[in-house]
Amino acid sequence: MSEKKLFGLSAIFASPDAVIHAVKKVEEAGYKNYDVHTPYPLHGMDAAMKLKPSKLGYVTLSFGLSGAAFALLFMYWAMSKDYPMIIGGKPFFALPAFIPITFELTVLFATLATVIGMLAVYFKFPSNNHPLHDTPYMKAVSADKFGICIEADDKLFDIEKIKNLFKELHAQNISEIYFPAPEPVNIFEPKFLTLLALVALLTSAATYVTLNKVIYAQPFTWMMNQPKVNVQTKSAFYADGFSMRKPVEGTVARGFIPYEYKGLAAPVVPLSNPLLPTASTLDLGKKRFLTFCSPCHGNLGDGDSRLRGQFPNPPSLHSEKVRTWQDGNIYHVITNGQNVMPSYASQLSRDERWAVIHYIRALQKAKNASPSEIVTAKKESSANVAK
Amino acid sequence: MNIDYSQELPVIEGRITLADIDRLIAKPLDEKPDKKFFIALSITLTLLMIGVISVTILFAFGTGVWGLNQPVGWAFDITNFVFWVGIGHAGTLISAVLYLLRQKWRTGIARFAEAMTIFAVMCAGIFPIIHTGRPWLAGYLVPYPNQHGLWVNFTSPLVWDVFAVSTYFTVSLVFWYVGLIPDFGVLRDRTVSKLKKSIYSIFSLGWRNSHRNWQHYEKAYMLLAGFATPLVLSVHTIVSFDFAVSIIPGWHTTIFPPYFVAGAIFSGFAMVVTVLIFVRKVFDLQEIITLNHLEKMNKIILLTGTMVGYAYGMEFFIAWYSGNPFEQFVFINRAFGPYAWAYWIMVSCNVFIPQLFWIKKVRRTIPIMLVIVIFVNVGMWFERFVITVTSLHRDFLPSSWGYFTPTLVDLGVLIGSFGLFFTLVLIFTKTLPVVAMSEIKAVAEGAQPSHHGGNH
Repeated sequence: MSEKKLFGLSAIFASPDAVIHAVKKVEEAGYKNYDVHTPYPLHGMDAAMKLKPSKLGYVTLSFGLSGAAFALLFMYWAMSKDYPMIIGGKPFFALPAFIPITFELTVLFATLATVIGMLAVYFKFPSNNHPLHDTPYMKAVSADKFGICIEADDKLFDIEKIKNLFKELHAQNISEIYFPAPEPVNIFEPKFLTLLALVALLTSAATYVTLNKVIYAQPFTWMMNQPKVNVQTKSAFYADGFSMRKPVEGTVARGFIPYEYKGLAAPVVPLSNPLLPTASTLDLGKKRFLTFCSPCHGNLGDGDSRLRGQFPNPPSLHSEKVRTWQDGNIYHVITNGQNVMPSYASQLSRDERWAVIHYIRALQKAKNASPSEIVTAKKESSANVAK
Repeated sequence: MNIDYSQELPVIEGRITLADIDRLIAKPLDEKPDKKFFIALSITLTLLMIGVISVTILFAFGTGVWGLNQPVGWAFDITNFVFWVGIGHAGTLISAVLYLLRQKWRTGIARFAEAMTIFAVMCAGIFPIIHTGRPWLAGYLVPYPNQHGLWVNFTSPLVWDVFAVSTYFTVSLVFWYVGLIPDFGVLRDRTVSKLKKSIYSIFSLGWRNSHRNWQHYEKAYMLLAGFATPLVLSVHTIVSFDFAVSIIPGWHTTIFPPYFVAGAIFSGFAMVVTVLIFVRKVFDLQEIITLNHLEKMNKIILLTGTMVGYAYGMEFFIAWYSGNPFEQFVFINRAFGPYAWAYWIMVSCNVFIPQLFWIKKVRRTIPIMLVIVIFVNVGMWFERFVITVTSLHRDFLPSSWGYFTPTLVDLGVLIGSFGLFFTLVLIFTKTLPVVAMSEIKAVAEGAQPSHHGGNH
């Protein structure tokens, strides 16, 4: 067996007072790489060991502030930049309403950073292979004894000198501590390979089931699968096999009251335009006229079709006959059709037809205005401008 | 029973040595569980099973199996949630606030109370998840970049709750674990079983009792306590915001945050006392968890119970003083309406009965104390029920007034949460040291150097 490497020399003391006294002597002797092991923190030990105050607080502070800054900036970005939405009349950056989450994240960041920083950075944990583990020394100091261990890499390390020092201090159990012999590592050991194969198998199976089955599973389909008839499906109940039924004879669709003078030459009772010739009505009428009427009647109602003779040209809307017609007559023609003109009842709603009539009236007025009327209009418009 | 309160009472009774402390605390972990343990476990597992069945029924058929409906849309779920979060507050208060106040007596009960915090928050966490009826959608509570391009509403109290409760759980767990690391080291060094040694080694992370570590450890413990203290106050404050930020009469009051925090400490201490009475008896820990500890907790119960009573009174005063007829109606209806029975159970259990703790004999007699703290537990559950249900059942529109009656599934879920809590507590007593060994050793008599630091 090869010679074991020395880690340090340890000594056990029975009482807290004895260990503090011993530490002061060790410190006086100038040793630097030593450690004191006690089952619980002893008051006054920091001073005896001349330890500087722990700097852990700075870790806590910096991560706590980062947590606060992250929370505030993130909420600012999410609520005012990425998806701004007014909620409860609050401004996008509603600072009072952001405080709870900012506080929680500050605490969370600070706590995790403190603990992880302490364990991983200060203590260099996990370190289960430290030479002190599994020694009688460690068992004693974790129960009820107090120990000092001077490490072999100290500049002044001299085993005999230290032994004498410990003896002078009435130490109970002076023992050398060695580094543990390195354990041989054989990755081709059957046990390990079996474990590896098992883990691989389990991981693959779990991944397969998760990706192919679990994520497509519908948790509960009570709400989706209801005992109702869906559109376009087959029905076993109705003789014709259709789920969808035709409306009852004489059903009137919403907004489509039948025209009572259908098929007659003219309405029996004169109809009057229910709409007022406001700007929006005229605008609607213009749009509908240009879409549905102008292909045959022309953009200004002159009867100059854009269809190049593919369809017979209608007469002009500016004839004496049409101009003296009542609104109801024009409505009747649009609704019922006349000669080769078909009914436009299915393309234009009732209000749209009346709006188109207003527009036709406006066109007729524009095309057939007397010079005196033009002058008046000009005067009015220039008077308006002068104001 | 002549106790001299003029000087500090010893934290540990009798003269037990440091080695005895280890032996005493590790005893439940070294021995195989006995028959009594299995009887207790079977009872708690039965309760838990009732809960599992109830939750399964709930998931299968939806929240319609609960008794809640318009106008009482929040009932047992939020009541149980607030109740359990409240129970959790005692642990952090004992471990953090009393630590900062240098109350040495906390060491005997801190570990257990912290464990109860964690279990109680776990029980509480169930309710917000199941009350949606679609628990598989709970992931939407977390703000993550999703395909909808949406974020959670960070200005909503319900989202604050998600952050508060999850932070509280994480910090409590970390705090608890940090306290456990030295004890895992002790257990690792004293066990003879190879398997136990491996497990304890993994969790001890290689703790070596080094003073160079203790120095940072103590600092970290203080920092964590410093953070846990405002955290514990913030959590129940935010829970109270769930109510207080709404505009329902009876909820929309600024007294809610302090009132909820006092109530949480009150109910948490009552639960800790309830469980500790049994634990110290069953595990022979009378010397470590002494009658003095229980008495001190009873004093805190008396204090917080009186604070809660003050809040009840103040709510009525403000209802009158504000001149708001809706607010006045809610409070008169609360005390004399259809839910008067619940209100008076609450007031009797929380305000009147704990007043018996003014008497020293009552504070130091275990059977009486047990009865009182169980009353407090019941009363605090009813407090949350009263706040939630009585404010909702008669709102602005008399035509939609109603009366909430719980169903069997409602009760089953509540019973199940108790089953989960006590199952976890039982498992904890058999797997981890219920008292912090290293902390107890540090406060034992003669454990610290004399004032001159041994330099006589």
